[in-house]
Amino acid sequence: MADIKSLKQISDTIWEIPISYKEGMRVPARIYGTEKLIQEMDDAVYDQVTNVATLPGITKYALCMPDGHFGYGFPIGGVAAMDVENGGVISPGGIGFDINCGMRLVVTNLTYDEIKPYVKKVVDRLYERVPAGVGSTGFVKISRNEFRKVVEKGARWCVENGYGWEEDLELIEEQGCIAGADAAKISEKAIDRGFNQIGTLGSGNHYLEIQVAKKKDIFDPELAAKMGITQPDQVVVMFHCGSRGFGHQVATDYLQVFLKVMESKYGIKILDRELACAPFDSPEGQAYFSAMKCGLNMSFANRQVILHRIREVFSEIFGRSAEDLGMHVVYDVAHNTAKLERHVVDGKKRSLLVHRKGATRAFAPGMMGVPDKYQHIGQPVIIGGSMETGSYLLLGVPSGAQSFFSTAHGSGRTMSRTKARKTFRGEKLQKEMQTRGIYVRSTSLSGLAEEAGGAYKDVDEVIEAAELAGISKRVVRFTPIGNIKG
Amino acid sequence: MPYEYLEDIAIADIAFRAWGKDLEELFIAAGDATINTMIDNIDAIALQETRQFNLNNEALDMLLFNFLQEFIYYKDSELLLLRPQQVNLEKEAGIHHLQAVTQGEKLNPSKHYQRVDVKAVTLHRFQLEKSADGWQAMVILDI
Repeated sequence: MADIKSLKQISDTIWEIPISYKEGMRVPARIYGTEKLIQEMDDAVYDQVTNVATLPGITKYALCMPDGHFGYGFPIGGVAAMDVENGGVISPGGIGFDINCGMRLVVTNLTYDEIKPYVKKVVDRLYERVPAGVGSTGFVKISRNEFRKVVEKGARWCVENGYGWEEDLELIEEQGCIAGADAAKISEKAIDRGFNQIGTLGSGNHYLEIQVAKKKDIFDPELAAKMGITQPDQVVVMFHCGSRGFGHQVATDYLQVFLKVMESKYGIKILDRELACAPFDSPEGQAYFSAMKCGLNMSFANRQVILHRIREVFSEIFGRSAEDLGMHVVYDVAHNTAKLERHVVDGKKRSLLVHRKGATRAFAPGMMGVPDKYQHIGQPVIIGGSMETGSYLLLGVPSGAQSFFSTAHGSGRTMSRTKARKTFRGEKLQKEMQTRGIYVRSTSLSGLAEEAGGAYKDVDEVIEAAELAGISKRVVRFTPIGNIKG
Repeated sequence: MPYEYLEDIAIADIAFRAWGKDLEELFIAAGDATINTMIDNIDAIALQETRQFNLNNEALDMLLFNFLQEFIYYKDSELLLLRPQQVNLEKEAGIHHLQAVTQGEKLNPSKHYQRVDVKAVTLHRFQLEKSADGWQAMVILDI
C-alpha cells in the first residue's frame, strides 16, 4: 500500500510526487483520488507513473486517474500529454495492447418491470449470439483484404454492410472512423489474428451488461434526458471490449520496432522496456500512429457489430423492432488511445499527443470533437464498474483542462487475478449474484471469480473523487441485472 | 509444474515465474504457463496437430518473448492450443536461434476449461536469468 506521507497533497483529491523522487523525471506526477483511494493504491502506481514522467516531451504532469492501479509501462489510469512539436514521443505502453478498448452505452425504452420476466432469456440469447472467451470468432465472415477495409473505415464499414444505423456513427468518438488509418502499416500476423474476430467480446474484464437506472441514481434528470435516460428504472445495455487479437498484435509488433531504434537511432533512454517509444514525428512513430489508428477502427467496428447483435436479440425476444424499442446509442468512447489534440498549456495553445491508458477522454461543452447533440452538455463518459456493483454515465466539464480533459475509466482493481481466484469461487459467486438479482453467464467460472466485486475498488468512491477533483460530473448510476462475462 | 502464478505482481494481468535446469526446459515451462493461463486443464489438450517455430533474435530474453507470442498467435489465428514438446537453442554469429516442436488441438469449449484470454506478453519487469540451479524467468501477460 502507498505511503501517503511521501506525497505532496495539492487538494482533497490531488496528490503530487515531485521530480526529486526519481532521477530523470521531467515533470511531477499527479495522482487523483480521495485519501482512502490513495491509501489503497498499490505501490507500483508510484513507480510506473514516475517512469512515465521521464518520457521525452511530457507536458505539465504524468497523471494517474482515481481508478489507477498496477499496469505495465504506464499504470492503468495513466494519462500523459506529449508535446509533438518539441520531440514528444509516442509509446505503445501508454496505450495498451488492447488499442481502443472502450465502452458503448445503448438505451432502450423498456423499464425494469417490463424486462424482469425476460432477463434470463435475453442474457442466455446474448450469450449465444455475442461470442466471448479465449480466441473466439465472430459471425462476420470476410476475406483478409476486406478486413483491411474494415480497419481503415471502422464502424462506417459496418453501417455500409447493414450492421447498424447511420445515426449510430454520430454518437461514436471520431464518428467511428479515425482518419489516417493505413492498413499498409499492419503485419500479416495482425490480420491473421483479427480478421475472424469482429463481433466478439474477448475475455478478462470485458463484458456485456443489462443495467437499470433507478430513480435515486439519476443525479441530474435534465442532463440524463438529453442522453436518452428519460424515465426511472429505464433499461440500458453497456458493453466493454476492444480491438481483439488484431490490436494486440499491432502493439506487440511496434513495441519491438521501437526497442530497436529508440536508443541507437534517437538516443532515448527509458526505465522500463514496456515504455519503448519513438519521437512522434519519426518514421517509426508515424508508422505506429497509422497502425494504431487501424486498431482504433477495428475496435469501433467490433462494438458496432456487437450492437447489431444486441438489437437483433432484443427485437427477437420482445417481438418489436429495435427502432420501436428505442435502442439508440448514447455514446461510444475509448479508454486506451493516443490522440493528437489541441490543449491550452500555460496560456498557449499546443499540439499534444495525449496518451490515455485506462483513462477516458472527457471533453467539456463546446469543444471540437463533441457530437453536435452534446455540444451544450459536454462529452458523455461511460464508466464500467465491477459486475456486482454498478456503472456510471458522466459528462466532461470545463475544469477538466487540468487533466487534458481526461477522467477515470472503471472502478479499478485492488486484488490480483491470481489472488482473486483463490479467494472467490466462480460457481458460488454466480449463485449469490442471482439471488441478488444479477443473472450472469460466463465462458469461464474461474475467470468469473477473478472479476468478483471484492477484487475492485469502490466505484462510487472513484466517481466521487473524479467529481470532487473537477475532471468529470456524475449524471446517472446504473445497477446491473444481467451480465455476460468474457 | 515448473512454474507458478504470482499473487503480488500485476493486478489486472497475470504474472508467472517459470524455471528449468537448462534454457530448453525453461522455455517449455514458460510456454505451458502461457497456455495454462488460458486453459485450466492443459492436460486435456490432445497432441494432434504439430506446428514448428523457427525464431531468431540477437537477445536471448527477446527470443523467449517471441516464443511465447507464438502460442498467442496460433490461439487467435487458428484457434489452436499448442503445448511445447521440444525446444532447441543455438547461438551463431551473435544470433540466438530457436527451433521448437509444439503440438495440440483446436480449442473446444466443452473439453477445454477456459480461464482468461491472453492478449500479449508484456516487457514490464520481464526477466530471464541464470539461477542457482539453472534458469528462471518472470513474465507478465496482458489479460
